[in-house]
Parts: sequence; structure tokens; C-alpha cells
Amino acid sequence: MEYGLFSEEHQIYRKTVRDFVAREVTPHIEQWNAAGDTPRALWKRMGELGFLGAYLPERYGGYQADFLAGVVLTEELVYSKCGGLSLDVNVSNDISVPYLLHCGSEEQKEKYLPRCASGDCIVALCMTEPNTGSDLAAIRSTAMRQGDHYIVNAQKTFITNGGHADLYIVAVKTDVSAQPPYRGVSLVLVEKGTPGFSIGRKLKKMGNHASSTAELSFEEVRIPVGNLMGKEGKGFLYMMQNLQQERLIGAVMALAYCRLMLEETLEYVKTRTAFGTSIGSFQANRHRLVDMATEVSFAEVYVYHLCKLFNEGARNLEAEISMAKYRVGELANRIAYDCVQLHGGYGYMEEYWICRAYQDVRMLTIAAGTSEIMKEIIGRSLGL
Amino acid sequence: MRREIFREEHEIFRDAFRKFVEKNVVPRQEEWTKAGIVSRDIWEKAGREGYLCPWVAEPYGGFGADFLYSTVIMEELTRVGESGFALSLHSDVVVPYLEAFGTEEQKQRWLPKCVSGDMITAVAMTEPNAGSDLQALRATAVRDGDSYVINGQKTFITNGMINDLVIVACLTDPKAQPRYSGMSLLCVEAGTPGYNKVRKLEKIGMHSQDTAELFFEDCRVPKENLLGMKEGQGFIQMMVKLQQERLVVAIGAVASMWAVLGWTKKYCEERVAFGKPIIKFQNTRFKLVEMYTMAEVMQTFLDRLIVEHMKGSDVVTEVSMAKWMATEELKKTVDQCLQFFGGYGYMVEYPIAKAYTDVRVHTIFAGTTEIMKEIIGRRLGM
Repeated sequence: MEYGLFSEEHQIYRKTVRDFVAREVTPHIEQWNAAGDTPRALWKRMGELGFLGAYLPERYGGYQADFLAGVVLTEELVYSKCGGLSLDVNVSNDISVPYLLHCGSEEQKEKYLPRCASGDCIVALCMTEPNTGSDLAAIRSTAMRQGDHYIVNAQKTFITNGGHADLYIVAVKTDVSAQPPYRGVSLVLVEKGTPGFSIGRKLKKMGNHASSTAELSFEEVRIPVGNLMGKEGKGFLYMMQNLQQERLIGAVMALAYCRLMLEETLEYVKTRTAFGTSIGSFQANRHRLVDMATEVSFAEVYVYHLCKLFNEGARNLEAEISMAKYRVGELANRIAYDCVQLHGGYGYMEEYWICRAYQDVRMLTIAAGTSEIMKEIIGRSLGL
Repeated sequence: MRREIFREEHEIFRDAFRKFVEKNVVPRQEEWTKAGIVSRDIWEKAGREGYLCPWVAEPYGGFGADFLYSTVIMEELTRVGESGFALSLHSDVVVPYLEAFGTEEQKQRWLPKCVSGDMITAVAMTEPNAGSDLQALRATAVRDGDSYVINGQKTFITNGMINDLVIVACLTDPKAQPRYSGMSLLCVEAGTPGYNKVRKLEKIGMHSQDTAELFFEDCRVPKENLLGMKEGQGFIQMMVKLQQERLVVAIGAVASMWAVLGWTKKYCEERVAFGKPIIKFQNTRFKLVEMYTMAEVMQTFLDRLIVEHMKGSDVVTEVSMAKWMATEELKKTVDQCLQFFGGYGYMVEYPIAKAYTDVRVHTIFAGTTEIMKEIIGRRLGM
């Protein structure tokens, strides 16, 4: 049963991305994993091919592609098997750049968006701090107004694209005494190279090795007031608004992982033999795979249905998207566990993608809002 | 999430049927449970008001309604926890055999009565030694002149006592190889000599539903009672019709999840422990959220599946998936919800206790979870 989400144009676009991946990504994955980064030339190439900022209006370098084109890109980058690349591109292109589009001033849009679309400007979104993750209103970073400038003092961590971004969207407090505290949160833009800004340790992660994830330090960083996004004190609201898309993209990623893990494992159990027969013909294995296939089919219809509604402009889907984000993220982890098991010893070897996937998917239930936070949100919407 | 499959006329129908249920079903549930069977008059009343087989074409007494009307009926009966009045089994499982495979003469003979409530139906496949493995059934129907003579035993038959017409799976050619090619469906009317409704079975749940053992001893029916008037079609006919039967079970299971969650949420809001309503405990809230999420995901899948089923697409894999997973999840949901009710959950006067015993059979009937997984596994190439 096909959900029928994509048009013929989307399928053509999918093929373009897939061809690009085969030619320009697959041969280099090991090298990028070892380097913990992806080359800028790759980003420029993606810009050239129209993968970046595709959804932007033409005057900013895009061609107003719909949300579903973003879904295609997200899926195909997961299928590239370079988890780090998929993460970095999605976080910049589908999660961070939309902040500029939705909350940025005209001047900010003109300055940055065309460069985002060309691959010249990678964007990082900096919320998390060493002592503040889920509880965003408790951040300690500040941006204090001083004449025509803000002075930013901040410590941020686990920042995707942290090591190689050109522009950092930073969540700060512009009013530390605001009550409730979230009303003091604002978003400011800091460009790479601004004095006082430094990239700290590049963090070693369990998976997604090619992703450039870093700690950042902002010490007395002076930025013009024009670098404020939108209005002071509205940062929390902007994040809440944009998190819907971020989480839906998270669910799309999780679903793509589920499908590929299942597909590869199905193939493996049909070819691997033991005790004189393919291991897929053992009933316990067969039923275990059926369990997974069933869950994935349910997840697919649910996530695609949300994508359809989101693409049509629905924005009152906070609870439903939270459901998808947590449930499919958790599912990807269960499936990874079972698929490694079915691969036996090979599943424990990094040369097998399933082993990488096992490590890559672990962040899906943590990043962009933990499963626990999702459940709090859903609970509230149910009146619990 | 708002459901998108229903149109305004379905909602109007839902309102009307809900009122019918509130007025005619709910007040009598206790009585039927005690009696171990629903009374015949509810069938007649439902028939008179157009709630039996509304999908049947007008020439046979129905109004050609689509499958969404059947969906509404199932959901509304489930909403009030009615598990004895096997209306959906009659309307959406058994009568479709008559409509799809019956000859014109057979349809004219039986369908109008099925719609009016004068004829309650059942289908008899399972035997004491043949459940999932249908090919192992042993009942025979031997041709003798213008008749078939049926011998055999059937068990776990829903509407077993109350039925006026039962469709019986038999071997018309016991020597056929493969065995299934010798299988046929025979229609037997109540009162036919040799058709004995032997024993109403005691079950752990669904107490108001009459489930019985049937015994056929030299039961002679006219050859015109062979469904479709062609021998050897029985197995294929069952395989085709089992799809809707399983879909019906899945629809009921998800509707049941919503009902159970509704009761539980309400209880958790009212029940106070350690100085606050138990819904204020994070564990309670998270567990409810997980169950609501599951119900939401299931409903979205099912609604999509219903649309595909109505289009006539091949949805064997998806129906099998929906059947096993919805029923397994329902079982887990009811168990978890009962836990929140504490001691009250163990008392039969609470609907959650009744649901606990009612739902146990869902992963068994209409194809066990294990059989569903075998079907899906085959279709995935394993």
C-alpha cells in the first residue's frame, strides 16, 4: 500500500539526489568519517545542483520547492549511509535556514539566504548549553545591549555544524530578569570569525562521525543590533514555532533509517545460511522481521500523512508531530537492535552499515527534543 | 488528529445509530450478559431501522451503502463495550459470502431476510481438530441425488445458537489433491433435520455472545444450498472473504482502544492518591501518552487501509498487519489501563474488567497473530 505522497517531479528530484550520492558521496564516506567533517566543495556542489535552499523564494536563490522536496532530500541523504552528512545538511538546510526565512529581517535574508542556497553559508543553530538541554528557558547565555551593539557571552555544546558553519543562530537571554524566564530569550546571529567567538573541542560522538559537532564559546562578542532576529524576548516563541518542522524532519529521518535497516536485513537473512537453510526461513527470525515490517508500515503511513498535512499548510500539529518524533525515533532504535542481532557477528563490525546505523540512530530520541519532552507536550495537549 | 475519511452523511448516520445504541442496546447489556445471548428482538429492531447490511443493493432490501457505514456501526457498538451483539459478524463477514458468491436465486432467497433481521447468520469453519490449518477440516458434504448429506462437527461458532442460516465449510471431495480443492461452502437453515446446535460454550469473556458447538449428522440439504452452485470453490471463497473479516476485527480493536483510553483517562482524573489525581503522576501521564500515540498511529493506518480496501486494492499484507498488531496492542492497552484502575479494575462491574476478558480472543479469532505473521512473511519473500 503506497501512501502516494510524492508527485512525478519529486521522483525525478529523488533520482537526481540519488545519482549525486552514488557518484559524489558513497566513494568518500570512510574518509569523511575519519576526518569528522565533510568538505566545503561538497556543499557547494549541492548548492549548484539546487539541493540547498530549494524551498526559498527565487529572489533568495531558491525555486520555492515544497516541503515534500525537503522530505525527499532528507530520505535520500539517510539512504546515502553517511549519517554525518545527512545530519549536517538537514540541520543547516531544513532546520536552521528556515529560521532566517521565517524570523529574519529583510536585510538578514538578503545577506545570508542566497549564500545558504549556494552552499557558501552553512548555518548552525545553537540552543543547548552544558547545563541546559530540554529546559530551554533556563539558558544562561546572554546578549546585553550596549548602544548599537549586543555583547554576547555564551557557552554552547553539542552544536551540529559547529565546527564548520559560517553563521551561528544563538539562543541567548537579552533580559535575565524576565518573568517567566522564557520571555527574556532572544535569537542573535554571530558570524564565523567575529572576535571573541571560538570553536572549542570537536566532540567525539557515538555515531554520525562525519558530522561536525562542536562546543562553542562566545566571550564578549560584539555584534551590531541588526543581528537580532525578529524581536527581543521572542526567541522562545520562534523556537517553538520552528521546532514543529524540525521534529517532523526528525521523524522523516527516523523512518528512512527504519526502512533501510529493514530492507538490508531482509536481504541479509535471505542470503545468509545456517544449518543448511537461509536464516530467514527460521520461524522466529521470520516473525521478528514481520514485527518490524508491520511497525514500519504503520510508521510510514503516519509520518507521510503528517507530511501531507504539513505541506498543505497545517501548523496545528504539535501533538501529532511530537507523537511521530518520539515513536518513530524509538522504533528506529528497536529496529537497529534487532537488525544487528539478525546480522550476527557481522552486525558488530563497522564495515557493515547496520553497525553504523545502530550508532547513528541513537541520537534520534535525544536531539530536537527528547522522547520525554515529547511525551510532556503530548500529555498537555491531551489535557493530562 | 481529525479523521478525513467520513463525509457528512456518515456523521449523520453515526448520530442516529449512536442514539439507537443508547436506547436499545446499553440498557439491556446486563440482561444479555446474564442470559449468555442477546435477544432476537434487537436483531429485528436493527433490521427494521436499516442497520443490518446497509451495503446490500436496493433490489435485495438494502440501500447500497459504502463500507464506511459498516465502519461507523462497528465503532459505535465498540464504544459502549458491546461484545455480544454480533451485528458486524452478520453484516460484514457472513452475508458478504452470500452476496459475492451466491447465485441470483440464492441471493433473492436469503439476502432480503438478512437485511430485515428475519435471518441471522453464522459461518462455521473451525472444527475440534482444525483451526488455523483450515485444510485439515474433516466435515463432509456428499452428493446424493439432488441433495448433499452433511456430516461433521464445528466449534467456537459465533451466533451458534441464534442463527437461522449457517454457512458450513465442508469437503465435497475428500480425496481431492491438494485438499483445499475439494472444499465447498454449504448453506444450512436452522431446523433442517440433522443440524444440531449442541452446546453453548462457556468462554472467559464476551459472555453475551452465543458461541456454540454445531453437529451435523446426516443433514440433508438441497443441492441449491451449495454456495455459488459450484463445488471446490470453498477455500478460495474463504481466503477472499477473510480479508474483510480481519479488517473488521482491526477496526473494532482500534475503536476499542479509544473507548478504553477514554474510560481510563476519566478515572485517572477523578481518582486521588497521595493528595492528587493520579493523572498528575508522570508515570501515569507518560503511559497514557504512549497508548494514545499508538491509537493515533493505528487509526491513521487503518483509515488509509479502509480507503484502499474500498477501492478493491490488494491489501492482504496490510490487512494482516493491521489485524495482528491492532489486536495485540489492544490487549496490552487494556492490561495497562486496568492497572490504573487498581482494585476496581478487577471488579466486573467496571467496563475495563469486562474489556480485559473480552479482548483476549481478538488475537486468536479470524486468523491468529501467528498465522498473520506467516502470511506477511511469505509476502515479504521469506
